[in-house]
Amino acid sequence: MGYLWSLLKPLFLFAILYIVFTYIIPLGKDVEHYSVYLLLGIVLWNFFTEATVIGASSVVARGDLIRKISIPRYLTVIASSLSALINLGLSLIVVFIFALLNGITPSFSWFLIIPLIAELYAFALGISFLLGAMYVKFRDITYIWEIVLQAGFYASAIIFPLSLVPAIYHKWFFMSPIVQIVQDARYAITGNDQPVLWSTVHSWAVVVPFLIVIATVIIGGVYFKRRSKYFAEDI
Amino acid sequence: MKTSKEVAVSVKNIHKEFILPQSKNTSFKQSFVNIVKKNGKVTQKVLDGVSFDIYKGEFFGIVGRNGSGKSTLLKMLAGVYAPTEGEIILNGGLTPFIELGVGFNPELSGRDNVYLNGALLGYTRKQMDGMYDEIVEFAELSPFMEQKLKNYSSGMQVRLAFSIAIKAKNDILIFDEVLAVGDEAFQRKCMEVFRQYRKEGQTVILVTHSMDNVSNLCTRALMLEDGKIKHIGNVNEVARLYSESNILSQEHEEKNGADRPRLEGVDVQGLELMYDKNDVMELSLSWKDRDDIYGIGISISNMYGTYIFGSNFKDLTPKQKGIKHKIKLSLTPGEYKLNMATFDASGDITHHVQDVASFHIRDDYDITTDGLVALEHEYIVE
Repeated sequence: MGYLWSLLKPLFLFAILYIVFTYIIPLGKDVEHYSVYLLLGIVLWNFFTEATVIGASSVVARGDLIRKISIPRYLTVIASSLSALINLGLSLIVVFIFALLNGITPSFSWFLIIPLIAELYAFALGISFLLGAMYVKFRDITYIWEIVLQAGFYASAIIFPLSLVPAIYHKWFFMSPIVQIVQDARYAITGNDQPVLWSTVHSWAVVVPFLIVIATVIIGGVYFKRRSKYFAEDI
Repeated sequence: MKTSKEVAVSVKNIHKEFILPQSKNTSFKQSFVNIVKKNGKVTQKVLDGVSFDIYKGEFFGIVGRNGSGKSTLLKMLAGVYAPTEGEIILNGGLTPFIELGVGFNPELSGRDNVYLNGALLGYTRKQMDGMYDEIVEFAELSPFMEQKLKNYSSGMQVRLAFSIAIKAKNDILIFDEVLAVGDEAFQRKCMEVFRQYRKEGQTVILVTHSMDNVSNLCTRALMLEDGKIKHIGNVNEVARLYSESNILSQEHEEKNGADRPRLEGVDVQGLELMYDKNDVMELSLSWKDRDDIYGIGISISNMYGTYIFGSNFKDLTPKQKGIKHKIKLSLTPGEYKLNMATFDASGDITHHVQDVASFHIRDDYDITTDGLVALEHEYIVE
């Protein structure tokens, strides 16, 4: 029952956006397999939002346990991010079916989605650790994060093809790990000619999105570990 | 019950302070405001330099009045709180039962909840498989294990939770105030298990308010007061000190209250708060401003209101303004109430006031006497 609903949410969003951007504002008319492109972006973004939003409140939500037993505190964050990961897996099955219906022939490049999801998961986990630990002390952090996510939705070129943005700004978009992951995944599945990090940034800056992921995981992990001693008394 | 000198838990000079925020600082926004406003923080010392060792095989009691810091100490032993200063060294695995049924989910079956609770306490699935049947049997719930927990009565839930606690095995077990659950038969079963633990030399830390448990079960005990160790060692000594500190603070509150009933115009002197068994209570009554008292009566009843003893003296004349009364207190330990009455010339009661004062018979937790009164008795072993 829960899984059905978690599938329906991105599918409804997809249906709305697909109608809007195909028939009302035809942004995607020049993009090959735009519907798959759009759905995949929504599914990945949806995972990122779900994992970080639930991850942020996961420690406080398990406050009853944390105040009474000494379970490893990081389990609360891992558990909530894993449930988001399972939802993502189910959504991806729908994406693959949709891609096949769209006439895309499966190829080995589809397997590239696995390391990309690993990267996305690590990024979401790092943020969840950071936010989860902060939320214990600062209860308004979730509001701030939701605003960041709203901006991120547009900054990550989820609904519009990146080719609509003037090419000189592309490299700035690609400094975000989300854009790099989403565009790579779209390329891996649909093989269309939308820009990806590798074709856009040719300098040393190509490592920036990966450095951001690594730094987030380290900062989040260290901060969480340092604060977790005091969770029981601060909650 | 052999206690080796091998240390199971070593608590080394731990301090714990909690920061009490002066203003509500639970938001990011507020913490920026506070940087500007420089609001001070107040710290509260809950534990102040507590050190002790618990040896393997000991049944160790921790007592203390509310706010003495025992819950905080317990949570630090369980690893829930980190000490501000000092350290705790555990030699072996420790399973804490600070609260029963942690993580119980009403939507899951009884069986799943047993496994869930076990997992949260750090047991593997295999270990739980080994304990499961015993737990269910002890809880007397085998027909209900596939039912959802929400369909259990609250008594059944408590029984299940407690059975997990009592059947869980680990090097060191901690129990907090868990004895007061279930009906009498179940409680007896639990006491049975605790006695078994004591016999087997299982290391147990028990936090309790019941001094009977301390003196009957524990091999050694610790009393905390205001975050410091008041006494550690002999269980009867700890039980006595704890009971006394409870009584004295209660008495303090009562003295400040002016709502204690009084016998108008009659002054009572010489009453003490605490007597030993078979002490003689000496009361001096005086009534300077009253000339209608032809007799006086004093009686004692226990805390349950049972009338234990009473005596009347009815040969007074209005010129006599006082009387001394001596009573040998052949009473069992506990709290007692003093009641008083006055009589007129024809021997009828004019006033009768209950609970004019209360006093205690000290419990030494050494000799087992029970009942309403302590009759003089002796045993001669042949």
